[in-house]
Amino acid sequence: MIEIKNLVCRFGDMAAVDDVSYGIEKGEVVVIIGPSGSGKSTLLRCLNALQEFQSGEIIVDGIAVDKRHRNIHDLRLEVGMVFQHFNLFPHLSVINNITLAQRVVRKRGREESEKKAEQLLGLVGLTDKAESFPAQLSGGQKQRVAIARALALDPKIMLFDEVTSALDPEMIGEVLEVMKELAAKGMTMVVVSHEIGFVREMADRVIFMDNGKIVETGPPSAVLDSPQEKRTQDFLSKVL
Amino acid sequence: MIEWISKQVVLYWDIFKYLLPAVPWTILITVCSFALALVLGMIVGVLRLSRVKPVAYLAGLYINVIRGIPLLVQIFFIYFGLGGILNLDRFTAGVVAVGVCYSAYLAEIFRSGIEAISVGQHEAALSLGMTRFQTLRYVIIPQSLRIVIPPTANEFIASLKDSSLVSIIGMRELTRAGREYYSQFFVDFQTWFMVGIIYLIMTITLSRVVKYLEKLYSVRGFGSRKA
Repeated sequence: MIEIKNLVCRFGDMAAVDDVSYGIEKGEVVVIIGPSGSGKSTLLRCLNALQEFQSGEIIVDGIAVDKRHRNIHDLRLEVGMVFQHFNLFPHLSVINNITLAQRVVRKRGREESEKKAEQLLGLVGLTDKAESFPAQLSGGQKQRVAIARALALDPKIMLFDEVTSALDPEMIGEVLEVMKELAAKGMTMVVVSHEIGFVREMADRVIFMDNGKIVETGPPSAVLDSPQEKRTQDFLSKVL
Repeated sequence: MIEWISKQVVLYWDIFKYLLPAVPWTILITVCSFALALVLGMIVGVLRLSRVKPVAYLAGLYINVIRGIPLLVQIFFIYFGLGGILNLDRFTAGVVAVGVCYSAYLAEIFRSGIEAISVGQHEAALSLGMTRFQTLRYVIIPQSLRIVIPPTANEFIASLKDSSLVSIIGMRELTRAGREYYSQFFVDFQTWFMVGIIYLIMTITLSRVVKYLEKLYSVRGFGSRKA
């Protein structure tokens, strides 16, 4: 589903992602962990071309991500993304947040896109908030709307960039629930997360990144419980 | 005393009646030139943010050149300089001069309005497969409007006042009519007092309208600036 080959992404002299290669299968849930500044988010953002990269290759569902971003719109229809800070459109109601891209990008009619939006609001448990504005929602509700918004375009892959980091503790659960449900439905997911409990339960594979490189990867039981690398051990001893 | 007062009242009324037919011209010049400024300003403001470096540079050059030259000189240049070649009448030359001048200020207002919207909003729209143009149109500009309306309205009021400069090329608007009245009847104090009052009435009315518009736009649901 996703093939990454020798990916290098630099900010000036600093290589945020340094020669990373990785493959992700359809239906897999891959969680990237690592200290801040290790390149996890940058790697994720390369996958839907929000971040330009200098060399290497990324193929997502048969579409080669162009370094100069010439085919990004096809790509972004396949890949949904949810952000740490929600980034809902504050001038639009919840339902319009979810229908906007369906209408202008997928060219669906208003009725069809609203039907889709209502169905997704049901999935994330916010049917009664369709007419609310983002400012009227709690953080957890905002993030669930953001998930529904990304799902509205029927992506084959979902990217989650520290989606619970900006939430109050009591709201983290409701967002993780939605993500679990998605995973259960067979969605291919790449997740940057610090929720070790979630990683243990949900991840098919874990990637530990440091200094732009993949230090260690494998099933959660292996990486979390018996890490082979010193850096992984150090990191886990701080977060566990 | 009463005789003096009644004479003054008659005089002011006479001046008012003389000036009134020129007021629509002042309004027309202002509205036309501001419409031009809005269109040009929007285009230049967006181009200023272009990722194509030369385009952004040229837009910046336009803004800096126009803002660096007095409006009066621009009016002379367009009417006497370009007007001679292009055969522009007074009205057109005046409207173009004021319009171009204000477009530079509006471009900066629009640019900052667009830049005030967080990067996250761009990224969210782009990640949903929208093009840069769609992102601007559906996500960024609707949010910028709220930010941009008050300073834009201030520019509109300023351009109403600056339209008086067009009198210098013989365009018969409010200020020009005041000069004509003065040169016929030689009452300087009363004439310019009356001209000032009429401008004041127009600007105060406008700023009231602006206050109302601001209120109207802040009622809608998105009270919080955070996304």
